[in-house]
Amino acid sequence: MATKQPEIKYLTATRIEKRQKKYCRFKKLGIKYIDYKDAEFLKKFLNEQGKLLPRRITGNSLKYQRKLATAVKKARQMALLPYVTDLLK
Amino acid sequence: MNNYELMVIFTPILSDEEYAAAQKKYVDFVQENGGTIVHQEPWGLRSLAYPIQKKTTGLYWVLEYQAPSDLNAKLTVQLNRDEQVMRHMITRLDKYAVEYNAKRRAGIQQHAIQKEFDNLNA
Repeated sequence: MATKQPEIKYLTATRIEKRQKKYCRFKKLGIKYIDYKDAEFLKKFLNEQGKLLPRRITGNSLKYQRKLATAVKKARQMALLPYVTDLLK
Repeated sequence: MNNYELMVIFTPILSDEEYAAAQKKYVDFVQENGGTIVHQEPWGLRSLAYPIQKKTTGLYWVLEYQAPSDLNAKLTVQLNRDEQVMRHMITRLDKYAVEYNAKRRAGIQQHAIQKEFDNLNA
């Protein structure tokens, strides 16, 4: 007779960490145009080295991630954002 | 008549009069060739994110204008010939961009909604 596996009792209830559903902030806020002159806003989408964050991290939709990419590249061209740096934030 | 936005970085050694004169030169150039100026915004001396032509600061200037499509070609020739101009960029504005610029000028902080949204979640 298979011995019944004793149920493991944890002290604290195991909390399955509910991952917050990512959303595209441009769609939610209705922002239609990403301005390349606004470096502060663009910095939210760059990492410390000044590189663009991927969509899976920022949660942007494809359309706005592309607009964001062109805006960042324009800002880099006009020396508003560095191409590569350390500790940008 | 399309909407365009020109951003120019002048060399920082320009004095204020030369800076104003250079702006005026391009404003007149656009108006002579059938363009109309919508808005002009000199940002003045700003530090660059990386050195351009061994200089770390530059005089920024943003000009929003409407123009026939053949004007930009002549404009870029002028800009390339001018030594005072370190770098320039002409971008075409779609209707959302024009609306965004108009709203920005009207003082409504486009990303104020963003801030409210942030502290709503925070």
